[in-house]
Amino acid sequence: MAAGHIESLLRQAFPDADELRVEDRTGGGDHFQVTVASSRFAGLPLLEQHRLVNEALAEPLRDGTIHELRIKTREAQG
Amino acid sequence: MSELSDRIKDVIEHEPVALFMKGTPQFAMCGNSDRALRALRDAGAPVTAVDILPDPAIRQELSSLSGWPTIPQVFVGGELVGGADIVQELAESGELTGILESKLGADYRDEASERVVDVLSPAQR
Repeated sequence: MAAGHIESLLRQAFPDADELRVEDRTGGGDHFQVTVASSRFAGLPLLEQHRLVNEALAEPLRDGTIHELRIKTREAQG
Repeated sequence: MSELSDRIKDVIEHEPVALFMKGTPQFAMCGNSDRALRALRDAGAPVTAVDILPDPAIRQELSSLSGWPTIPQVFVGGELVGGADIVQELAESGELTGILESKLGADYRDEASERVVDVLSPAQR
């Protein structure tokens, strides 16, 4: 199940996450909205925050498991 | 470096605002590309669009240049601003206008226009 796999990749990358959600936007298993609140984002510009999420999901992005990805990041309070 | 890579680089470096998207501004083929385009339009930005769909090599070369895996990608003054979510968030917070002004000058809206560049054929600049 793609959403579960994506969530576990994000958990590995953001073990401290206050909030971590993966939503299958269309039910088709390839359009996802991910929401991550982590202290890893502290002080980083949005571009770098999203880059960390993209890096965590590099494999499913490359192999086409993720056809479309929407990202919402937030700084978590330590 | 390939000719294609050079042309992509040329667009990034020389166009005030470059939008690499699926489809064209007249006919966006993806919701995210459309969201990025709308955010730029709302900010009054001049948009130079590149359709990445005609050849998968465009996306490969672009992503290896930018280090960004997904489409769309928005560049202002040669610098990656981000994908649809970032551009939309920056537009909503008002920061996008600030970025456009600092990179392109306060009167950037005067040149607002939309055009499409084909990176597969030799430069038409």
